[in-house]
Amino acid sequence: MGHQELLTGWGRTSATSATVESVGADDVAQVASGQRGAIARGLGRAYGDPAQNGGGAVIRVQPSANPVWIDTVESTATVDAGVSFDELLRRIVPHGFFVPVTPGTRFITVGGAIASDVHGKGHHRDLTFGHHVLSLDIVLADGSERTIGPDADADAELYWATIGGMGLTGVITRATFRLLRIETNRCLVETQRLPDLEALIAAMSDGDADHRYSVAWVDLATKGSTVGRSILERGDHATLDDLAEHAPKALRNPLAFAPGSLASVPPVPNVMNRLAVRTFNELWFRKAPKQHIGTPTLTGFFHPLDGVGDWNRFYGTSGFLQYQFVVPFDAIDTLREIVDRVVANGNASVISVLKRFGAESGGFLSFPKPGWTLTFDLAAGVPGLGPFLAELDQLVVNAGGRHYLAKDAHTTPDIIRAGYPRLDAWKAIRRSVDPDGRWASDQARRLDLL
Amino acid sequence: MNNAIHQPQTVVVLGGKSDIARAIVVALDSASLRTVVLGCRNTDTADAAGLEAQLSGATVTARHFDATDHAGHADWVSAVASDHGDLDIVIQAFGQLGLDAADDPVAAADLVNVNYAGAVSSGLAVADRLRAQGHGVLVALSSVAGVRTRASNFVYGSTKAGLDAFTTGLGHALHGSGARVMTVRPGMVRTSMTEGMDDAPFTVDAVDVAAATVNGLRKKKAVVWAPAKLQGVFGLLRFAPDFVWRKLDT
Ligand SMILES: Cc1cc2nc3c(=O)[nH]c(=O)nc-3n(C[C@H](O)[C@H](O)[C@H](O)COP(=O)(O)OP(=O)(O)OC[C@H]3O[C@@H](n4cnc5c(N)ncnc54)[C@H](O)[C@@H]3O)c2cc1C
Ligand SMILES: NC(=O)c1ccc[n+]([C@@H]2O[C@H](COP(=O)([O-])OP(=O)(O)OC[C@H]3O[C@@H](n4cnc5c(N)ncnc54)[C@H](OP(=O)(O)O)[C@@H]3O)[C@@H](O)[C@H]2O)c1
Repeated sequence: MGHQELLTGWGRTSATSATVESVGADDVAQVASGQRGAIARGLGRAYGDPAQNGGGAVIRVQPSANPVWIDTVESTATVDAGVSFDELLRRIVPHGFFVPVTPGTRFITVGGAIASDVHGKGHHRDLTFGHHVLSLDIVLADGSERTIGPDADADAELYWATIGGMGLTGVITRATFRLLRIETNRCLVETQRLPDLEALIAAMSDGDADHRYSVAWVDLATKGSTVGRSILERGDHATLDDLAEHAPKALRNPLAFAPGSLASVPPVPNVMNRLAVRTFNELWFRKAPKQHIGTPTLTGFFHPLDGVGDWNRFYGTSGFLQYQFVVPFDAIDTLREIVDRVVANGNASVISVLKRFGAESGGFLSFPKPGWTLTFDLAAGVPGLGPFLAELDQLVVNAGGRHYLAKDAHTTPDIIRAGYPRLDAWKAIRRSVDPDGRWASDQARRLDLL
Repeated sequence: MNNAIHQPQTVVVLGGKSDIARAIVVALDSASLRTVVLGCRNTDTADAAGLEAQLSGATVTARHFDATDHAGHADWVSAVASDHGDLDIVIQAFGQLGLDAADDPVAAADLVNVNYAGAVSSGLAVADRLRAQGHGVLVALSSVAGVRTRASNFVYGSTKAGLDAFTTGLGHALHGSGARVMTVRPGMVRTSMTEGMDDAPFTVDAVDVAAATVNGLRKKKAVVWAPAKLQGVFGLLRFAPDFVWRKLDT
């Protein structure tokens, strides 16, 4: 039996109450969905409302007793959807494997990674997580379970509607995907400090292709001549030879992976005030040397925020938004304009992230497409945010860009429709497998996705 | 759905011609607002088009609603939800001043029937729906007149005291359900209800109450005073000796 629970996304906004059912893969079909439908939920790391379903059911798929299978010859893994990247990495790194794509936190599930078709610092080369999935098991609205893949003609459409489909085609229970071979648990990372946005754009436009990973941390909280001062990090997985040269001590146990437990943030009123943000940014940017080569651990490089549990509580009871959009490369002026507006508005928090995306993955609603993607946080309690964000939304879609459903918590059906030209085709596929509307989420209702 | 910055998509007004409620709707306008339903005794005079013209893109419709039709309130709410989907914000704004109520027991009972009994039956019907959808806010217009009742309008004041006790209690009952109640306590407001009356101290306009309401929604308040100063003023007045209170009330 499920229990009633108030749920939010990672941004802690728009709480709604649902009946949460924690079930094994075999029992998903049995969950009663009632009039308000049901939706799968992983670890709730999406910022907004896609993994909640006010008045309805929310399904957490529990991993089985043997949730991870690795094929060391083919370099693939078959993993239960409810398994977190944290657990997965603890199991595969010691065998010399890494996930093909990881977002900025390892506290997400395999199901969530597929449903949001997540991207990482390597998108310009490795594309999205969904790009590496070979097949997946999904429980459909009628209770049947199907194994679908990108090539099995009959189901390919349903497959690509599920990759990035925000849980609205069914509940994923298991997936098989490619792994990446690694020699060590370190990365070889070149860090460069850049004085402003133009220098950053120039540096990124030239040279990303030489590295598997590339991402820039940008200061959008400080006004003046340093607008867009940034730290560009570009790297690759460190080989044993790299460690011999740069960090010989790390050779002692080159595939260990056991990140420590978390320090938690107690519930506090909004401590992310402007002063705190500026002080933090000042320290962060001062600390970085002009140019530097380092060998951070996998966690240090990919999941720096995971060292502090529940850091989303820094924003207090009003919560926060993470705004992420992509605009095509030729819309660089829109990127500049948005940066100027965000800086002038003065509410962006701590560190913002700029990255260049590679090709689309094929998912009907997958977010990444070639262009610049910028991500920044805003405290949701700030007055007057509505008109400001509505203007940004419009600038983004006017430039041929779009917003990330895994982050969105405020925008409108029109903006999403404008950003996702294949939305109607996706809806048709969705309806064909869910004619009676079994799957539903708050986000789907808010953005007219059903 | 109300989004992360408290912008609703669907707003329902009970007492759809209320100047205060319409000002609140305008203050809630955004790119997200799509549907406004005005529940009015007389839909012919609802002037939905007039409100629509003040909004950026929402559709405004009028629908017959009578606060005294207690038996019909549950069906009314269900019908609105089945036509328009989730109710994000419901503003309970109907009310009468009942100037003759102190001298006329029947008029007084009628006033109770509108202001209090109507608020209870429609409030429960709305709460039911909000609970079922797991989210939504009932905004109830109470009044400082109910905080301490005065000789000049104690029947009206007593209906608001009842309403206020009901809506604040309903808020507690809904705790944890995803649904919330916000009780708004304005002082005197220049609207059609108070037309021709002299301004009392701290009198404000409907837009001021609207701004306070939207601010309260953003902060997820259970109670909002409009203007905010009144909270402190009534914090004292509530305990003023009777002879002082009577003196102030002339
Ligand atoms: C600190 C931080 C950093 C992040 N960095 C990145 C990043 O770099 N790149 C990026 O792409 N994203 C990033 N994200 C977003 C995050 O990767 C996605 O939101 C991801 O989907 C969260 O996974 P989850 O398991 O927590 O899923 P939830 O948040 O619980 O759910 C997200 C969606 O997945 C669906 N879903 C979950 N499980 C299943 C299932 N079994 N079957 C079907 N549907 C399912 C849900 O219905 C919902 O629509 C970040 C988030 C945080 C908090
Ligand atoms: N104005 C103030 O000074 C003040 C101060 C504190 C609190 N309030 C409260 O705020 C709320 C809104 O007031 P307002 O100032 O906006 O006044 P208003 O413009 O007069 O609005 C009140 C509305 O209630 C409607 N109404 C009355 N009886 C009804 C019934 N039986 N069924 C349905 N609707 C009915 C009226 O409809 P008709 O148009 O059909 O008559 C009118 O549109 C009221 O609850 C009021 O008590 C007002």
